[in-house]
Amino acid sequence: MLSTFQYPKFEYVRPPEIAEGKEGYYPVVIVGAGPVGLSAAIDLAQQGQSVLLLDNDDTVSIGSRGVCYAKRTLEVLDRLGCADEMVQKGVSWNVGRTFFREEEVFNFNLCPEPDHHRPGMINLQQYYLEDDLIKRARQLPNLEIRFKNNVIGVTPADDRATLRVETPDGAYTVRADWLIVADGARSPIRTMLGLDIDGKIFMDRFLIADVVMKADFPTERWFWFDPPFHRNQSVLLHRQADNVFRIDFQLGWNVDPEVEKKPEKVIPRIKAMLGDDREFELEWVSVYTFQCRRMNSFNHGRVLFVGDAAHQVSPFGARGANSGIQDTDNLVWKLKLVMDGKAPATLLDTYSEERCYAADENIMNSTRSTDFITPKSTVSTTFRNAVLGLAEQFPFARALVNSGRLSVPSFLVGSRLNTADSDVFAGTMIPGAPMDDAPVAMADGTQWLLRAVGNRFQLLHYIPDASALDAPTAQALRSLVDAQIPVEAIVVAERGTAPAGLKTLIDAKGRVRERYDLREGTSYLLRPDQHVAARWRVLDVARVRAAVARATCNA
Amino acid sequence: MALNTQPNLHEPGKRHFRAFSPGDDFYEALIDTHRDLTDEQSAMVNARLILLLANHIGDISVLREAMQIAREGA
Repeated sequence: MLSTFQYPKFEYVRPPEIAEGKEGYYPVVIVGAGPVGLSAAIDLAQQGQSVLLLDNDDTVSIGSRGVCYAKRTLEVLDRLGCADEMVQKGVSWNVGRTFFREEEVFNFNLCPEPDHHRPGMINLQQYYLEDDLIKRARQLPNLEIRFKNNVIGVTPADDRATLRVETPDGAYTVRADWLIVADGARSPIRTMLGLDIDGKIFMDRFLIADVVMKADFPTERWFWFDPPFHRNQSVLLHRQADNVFRIDFQLGWNVDPEVEKKPEKVIPRIKAMLGDDREFELEWVSVYTFQCRRMNSFNHGRVLFVGDAAHQVSPFGARGANSGIQDTDNLVWKLKLVMDGKAPATLLDTYSEERCYAADENIMNSTRSTDFITPKSTVSTTFRNAVLGLAEQFPFARALVNSGRLSVPSFLVGSRLNTADSDVFAGTMIPGAPMDDAPVAMADGTQWLLRAVGNRFQLLHYIPDASALDAPTAQALRSLVDAQIPVEAIVVAERGTAPAGLKTLIDAKGRVRERYDLREGTSYLLRPDQHVAARWRVLDVARVRAAVARATCNA
Repeated sequence: MALNTQPNLHEPGKRHFRAFSPGDDFYEALIDTHRDLTDEQSAMVNARLILLLANHIGDISVLREAMQIAREGA
């Protein structure tokens, strides 16, 4: 098995702490070099923070595992400087087909809203994602990755965390001002610290298989409810890179995973599904169960939990890795401000609040999908089958068919970092909203709004003709950068060039104005993670400063 | 008025940012209504639910249309 991907083996290097026989010190240590730990490490290193990333293994994810990376994740990866390779390698699909028993009941074309840089999602094996993230990480001189470094003990304190790390050359101690825990669903560190994670286990098992097709097969997502080749269960088929197809079979609870994983058991299942004449080769098989649960709090003093270590969901909707990467998007700018002494540690409480809110939304949506796909009672099965029966003919029923609601970012509407609207706006770009993308034109060649923003606080100020910006307004906008927490002003316009010292962003297709309901004078304050913090119809520097203070717990 | 078979679920005072959310909110509430009931109890709940909703809709021509479609798929 396993032929389309050559697994890299990363070199173990004897750590200096062992060579020199002394305790190490790093401002930030991250544990776990999966997609989430790597994203956190790259983000911090890009912000100029030196980081030590520890991993107990020396290769990437074995098997495809996480396969669906959503638009918001790609936008975060753009900010981290590595989405292009993944989008090129990954597979975009728009057509989905839903089958119920023998029949196709309906199909849909996701036909994405026009004028966004990134597609709704790509399918890509997790090992490719990790490989690209590691390549990106290695471009950053202040990011050190140590493979085969296994954390065996953590001692938290008020101002640090001390780690005991085991290597092939023995153990050493390293002290960190901050510890980011990205060590996965079973999180050994969470266990070492005796922290709880609550939720429910779903009594179901799924078989996942990576299959290489010998002949053409459409780039579509096929979902079967109760198919003739696998009665009373569900099956999902979708394509990844290299002509590798991922097949998920629901198995039920009362099966032996070791038996089900055997090729002589798996191959007949796939043959029954594809029809006997289609040639394929099996690459990788696994059986999994899942839980929906989260920690009560993601920050515990100097120890910060991200990704599966903090929260887990059922796989429907691809809300695992996608939400973990969004955790780091939310955390890193806050941690950097706290480490630089520009914000109080309470800002990290808002990391936990905002991402617990997102985790609850993810758990809710993936639980709903699970309950639809695997009904737990007779009446629930009857309703599910009634919906599927009506879906062929009636649009309302199609909307109720839930074979997974793809990961989308949360609208953080209840966050205490938001400044409530005092003016009237149309549309959805309310305080707390994840920003919508749009095509733009800038002097430096930037072509997308979400490539022009992020990594710092910024203010978008709209005027139809940038050249017509009056001197006092230009001065006010320029003054925003002179602060403990600087705000970079960007003039959004249909035409013209802003006065010296200000960036101009031309709204190439009018989508920024449309999506953000811009009028002359409208100003949006943006967080470093591309969420709206505040907005006004008229620029007022004092109100902008107050909103920045609020968004950083400095109010 | 003809039977509306387009997506039509919404909730006053609640803002939905995703098109799938109102339908999923309803479906979850529907399944929750049946939680821990026996099949017999569920059948009774469904009957009561239909009677309540029918009275709320009021227009018997709409109800006849819905009843016909429902029976066709049985």
